[in-house]
Amino acid sequence: MSVRYRRVIPAFLSVLMMLSFTAEANDLSGYFGGEARYFFNKPLYSEQSDHNAAITANVEYFHDFDDGEQRIAVTGFGRIDSEDSKRSHADIRELYWWKNFDGFEVYAGIRKVFWGVTESAHLVDVLNQTDNLENIDGEDKLGQPMIELVTAQDWGTVSAYILPYFRERQFLGQESRLRPGIRILDDAQYQSSDEEQHVDFAVRWSHYIGIWDIGLSHFSGTGRDPIFDVVVTDGGEPVLRPLYRQIDQTGLDLQATVDAWLLKFEAVSISEKNGPQNTAFVGGMEYSFFTVGGTNADLGIVAEYQFDDRSGQRQTVSQNDLVLGFRWAFNDLDGSEVLALMSQDLEHSNRFFSLELSRRLNDKWKIEAEAKVFSSVDSDTPEYTLREDDYLKIEIRRYF
Amino acid sequence: MHKVFGIVALTALSYLSLSTVALASKSEGLSPEERGLQIAIEIDLRDRGFGDSTNHLKMTLKDRHGNERHRLLRNRTKEQAGEGDKSIIIFDTPRDVKGTAFLSHTHKVGSDDQWLYLPALKKVKRISSSNKAGAFMNSEFSYEDIASQEVEKYTYKFLREDTVAGVKVFVNEADPIDPKSGYSKLEVYVDAERYIALKIDFYNRGGRLKKTLVMDQYRQHKGKYWRADTWIMTNHQTGKVTVLEQSNWNFDNNFTDKDFNKNSLSRMK
Repeated sequence: MSVRYRRVIPAFLSVLMMLSFTAEANDLSGYFGGEARYFFNKPLYSEQSDHNAAITANVEYFHDFDDGEQRIAVTGFGRIDSEDSKRSHADIRELYWWKNFDGFEVYAGIRKVFWGVTESAHLVDVLNQTDNLENIDGEDKLGQPMIELVTAQDWGTVSAYILPYFRERQFLGQESRLRPGIRILDDAQYQSSDEEQHVDFAVRWSHYIGIWDIGLSHFSGTGRDPIFDVVVTDGGEPVLRPLYRQIDQTGLDLQATVDAWLLKFEAVSISEKNGPQNTAFVGGMEYSFFTVGGTNADLGIVAEYQFDDRSGQRQTVSQNDLVLGFRWAFNDLDGSEVLALMSQDLEHSNRFFSLELSRRLNDKWKIEAEAKVFSSVDSDTPEYTLREDDYLKIEIRRYF
Repeated sequence: MHKVFGIVALTALSYLSLSTVALASKSEGLSPEERGLQIAIEIDLRDRGFGDSTNHLKMTLKDRHGNERHRLLRNRTKEQAGEGDKSIIIFDTPRDVKGTAFLSHTHKVGSDDQWLYLPALKKVKRISSSNKAGAFMNSEFSYEDIASQEVEKYTYKFLREDTVAGVKVFVNEADPIDPKSGYSKLEVYVDAERYIALKIDFYNRGGRLKKTLVMDQYRQHKGKYWRADTWIMTNHQTGKVTVLEQSNWNFDNNFTDKDFNKNSLSRMK
């Protein structure tokens, strides 16, 4: 964390304290969680622990004032891991001020912004860095400092973003499972001499017309996904050094909602400075069977195809893959759900299963079980180092 | 919240000319279908012009074994001239879905447009509105029970005059036009003086009585608009009951359509 980034946070906190005198809508909420992961096989690398446990906390506060025309919001997340000190981490997910002006709105501070429609890959969603310490599914994101101007008009919503500071991806320590075989260095390299202080820009237009929800976006700045160079340390150890490049990425996301069908498509064109031009897309459908067999239960099925022509160092895990899944919602008193996903690489034999079960214990407590299984992994793919990392996780959360 | 929960809430400005004709004629001499439509239009006319409203909701879900769960929600609704209403429901409990918000643009003809805001992902997701018969928040209310009711969504047939708890009522049959509705028909017990629904029997697609909704503790707002503070939905087939209590009614919030779009949904708290 740079000096500059550290200075922003106390400034925001003082603003927050000044404004909290005016009593209006405000609320504190969040959860505390405890979890344990059981790995079915012995670890591949001697430094790795067999199993792990962790406690987590997520705390959110917001305060509306000025007749609901202004808001301060803050969200903090933290994890303490039993095995890996690098996986024990905290992050300010949100710390922003929002104001509604006549005809437009302004957000300033740290935020999380989501773009897109598909379930199995989030190609157009480029503003926030992935929180790589949390899960391999890439759904968790680090807070991103930004200023956003947004205006909602009859012809759609336009958002413009200035992103003054870059968040580096963080990597697991040697004790953790589900990591690459080679150590990743902490000091990243940048294509831009401004490094993490490079100012990025983005703009997005989104609208809905009848059955269509459409979004068009462009991002110009430091790409959130690093590529890795293999370097040898002074001690002779081969290690990976992350390199963040300057990119221009144009994205399209489209959804058609027809009866119980959701048809989804996302595509991006990525142009790397002094580098290749690449294309990726993900498309598919979601279909829901409601009140199955006369019961309260709903069954949703999802099928998506992923394509990405980035190759070599830039290759992603979703380069030519099919993802199938279903969600069974019992709609019982405690909201019991089953979510199952299967991913099949169409070029390699890689096959991956994920199963999640969840239900409430009461209005405040929730229990969740998650199993991930790498049933087939080719030796010439990056996932090969995960081949012994099938696991079962049990998590309990107390919400407040 | 009759805009969201109610058979009583019907907006139909486009029916103005037709309703004028219907009211001018005496109810005698009308066919049961004409009289049924006349009652539905009168219900709608009397509730027209409420503008917008907000209110708090407490749902109590009960099963046969005595288990109870509670849900706290907030609703905001804006009336639309010549179109179905727009509304947002915000979930306060259960705590794991706190902050989830449901935006609905109802249409007189055709499918409604619905979006869900998922606060953990910061994602606004367009969802299918064909889940009419599905359970809302695992309750005995289905999505179509909570959708804004429009005159055009049913055909009608006046059945008989009757009394409910000593109050004279018209019993009006309403048959859903949408084949995706979970019901073959509704029998609506309409207060003959105030033109508000006191009780509704819901018949499943097989023609069997499935659920009964009783609306009680009506209060008048702005000197005109009736809202029931207690709704009790009983499922005769499962024995489950959902009690809905409404409170904190506020009208004249000066909402605009911009308070009911995807952008405003994404900052609902």
